[in-house]
Amino acid sequence: MVTADVIATTPPSSDRRRQEPQGSGRRPVSRLAKALRMIPLIPAIIIMTIFLAGPIIWSFYGSFTNAALTGPNASHSSWIGLDNYAKLLQDPVFPLSLWLTVLFTLASAVISQNVLGLGIALTMTRANKRLASLIGSIVVGAWILPEIVAAFVCYAYFSKNGTLNQILAAVGMTGPNWLYSFPMLAVILANLWRGTAFSLLVYQAALNDVPPEITEAAMIDGASGAKRLVYVTIPIIRTTITTNLMLITLQTLSVFTLIYVMTAGGPGNDSTTLPILAYKEAFRFSNIGYGTAIATVLLLIGAVFSIVYIRAARPAKD
Amino acid sequence: MTVTLTPIKAVRKPSPLSLASPRRKMSAILANLGLVVVGVCFVLPLTWVLLAAFDTRATYQTQIPRSPSLENFTAILTPELTFIPLLNSLVISLGTAALTVTAALLAAYPLSRYQSRFNKPFMYTVLFGTSLPITAIMVPVYSLFVQLNLLDSVPGTVLFMAASSLPIAIYMTKNFMDSVPISLEEAAWMDGASAMRALQSIIIPLMRPGIAVVAIFVFFQAWGNFFVPFILLLSPSKQPASISIYTFFGQYGSIAYGQLAAYSLIYAVPVMALYVLVSRGIGGSFALAGAVKG
Repeated sequence: MVTADVIATTPPSSDRRRQEPQGSGRRPVSRLAKALRMIPLIPAIIIMTIFLAGPIIWSFYGSFTNAALTGPNASHSSWIGLDNYAKLLQDPVFPLSLWLTVLFTLASAVISQNVLGLGIALTMTRANKRLASLIGSIVVGAWILPEIVAAFVCYAYFSKNGTLNQILAAVGMTGPNWLYSFPMLAVILANLWRGTAFSLLVYQAALNDVPPEITEAAMIDGASGAKRLVYVTIPIIRTTITTNLMLITLQTLSVFTLIYVMTAGGPGNDSTTLPILAYKEAFRFSNIGYGTAIATVLLLIGAVFSIVYIRAARPAKD
Repeated sequence: MTVTLTPIKAVRKPSPLSLASPRRKMSAILANLGLVVVGVCFVLPLTWVLLAAFDTRATYQTQIPRSPSLENFTAILTPELTFIPLLNSLVISLGTAALTVTAALLAAYPLSRYQSRFNKPFMYTVLFGTSLPITAIMVPVYSLFVQLNLLDSVPGTVLFMAASSLPIAIYMTKNFMDSVPISLEEAAWMDGASAMRALQSIIIPLMRPGIAVVAIFVFFQAWGNFFVPFILLLSPSKQPASISIYTFFGQYGSIAYGQLAAYSLIYAVPVMALYVLVSRGIGGSFALAGAVKG
């Protein structure tokens, strides 16, 4: 833990690239010339400022107004201070939705995708090479499917007469209508199916970098497979685990299409995670200001994870 | 997000010693068995779409088509339902990829080649941008688009999609560019070439595989995107295939399961083919070098 903290807080090492083209007499570069060299950054900065930073700032501002899609507040929204947030705290759906978001993220990403991804990657190192490559392609296949197609496929799989219940019927069980009786379980499993490939790819790359000498040494010392995993492999790939956890958390926090197509947040609000709630409030109930407040909460949660992730990933280190 | 284009390759270490040979054999059998179970679980949901596409009487049940036919495909291959939306998808995705790659290449050049106090905070901001939950800002983006009068505009949607993929594109492009040695450019500088000239005639040709990886990655995300065009594009004539498939089957016709499956295949197969192409061809360890760092 201590080393992780040290690694995470070490300031990014200074760029090793040379400052100037070498060998050309090293004339000092004027301030103006230095500024001019940054010109190629401008198109990217303009696009990102208007379309990325703009909406974020707007999100904070909009959450303090009563903006609406229709009615008198559509054209003239006014400042209502913290009213949207006060409403948020009183709204019984909001805590439910927050809890469902946490449940969805923890169960489908942090636990399932992460553990399954690492498990498959570890198993692959011992299995037949061709088989491992085939299974890898299948798992990744679910992931590269366009999200709307993946959502339809999962809808079919979990629907009342779907494949899952057919399998259960084959072993003599009557399956429930998963999408109505257990909507959260269905979307969690669907997201597990769709997202595991990411963790698998990350861990495959990381395991590839574990020096075989170390595991060999542990093996000669008589460490069993489980011990080698816990005391050798996992400590070596610890940074990767952190990075992976942050990334899949952020991806799962913003899952919309899968849930929207499979259950539309229902029945009732039983699978309404925050992105679905923000969408419903803003576009179905035309309450843009309130929807924006929910989006802002989601954005803040995301920002916290982003910062943790950035500290772990350290960009300027080459 | 960051390792997307890594090819799938099973990694097998040179087996360390053979002291425990019988146990190793046992564990290999167990490993194979485990992988088969995982594979079956992952492939099961896909069987429906593969079978139903060729079955005119398909339901949500997985069943072997009694009389396999291509009727589902011929039924949906109409201009309004398939061709125009697919063309829209192509225009949006290509536009997004072209805009993103151009802006990212330009931005990566000073970030990679010159040292400045500005670089580090910029890269931190970019990295922060890569991990923002884009879904969270769609409500404010909608309000912004209403203000800017950009709602239901394809260029507007392309601009937003480019903005949302720029952070990761800049990050990847800079990493790729860092691996191009600076010495070649120094020669060009000596000969009097400007920075842009050097970028155009030296760096870009050298990092062509890297550019392809970034472009395909952005294209890929734009092609599969549902939520962004769902919010920003309103008229059916401008909507991409992801919306067309949703509105047609999700809202009106929950009867035509076979056609839904057929449409899914038509929409998904191009990107899956693209992925295979990338991971077998230009991807390789080079893709990993630029992409896995985050």
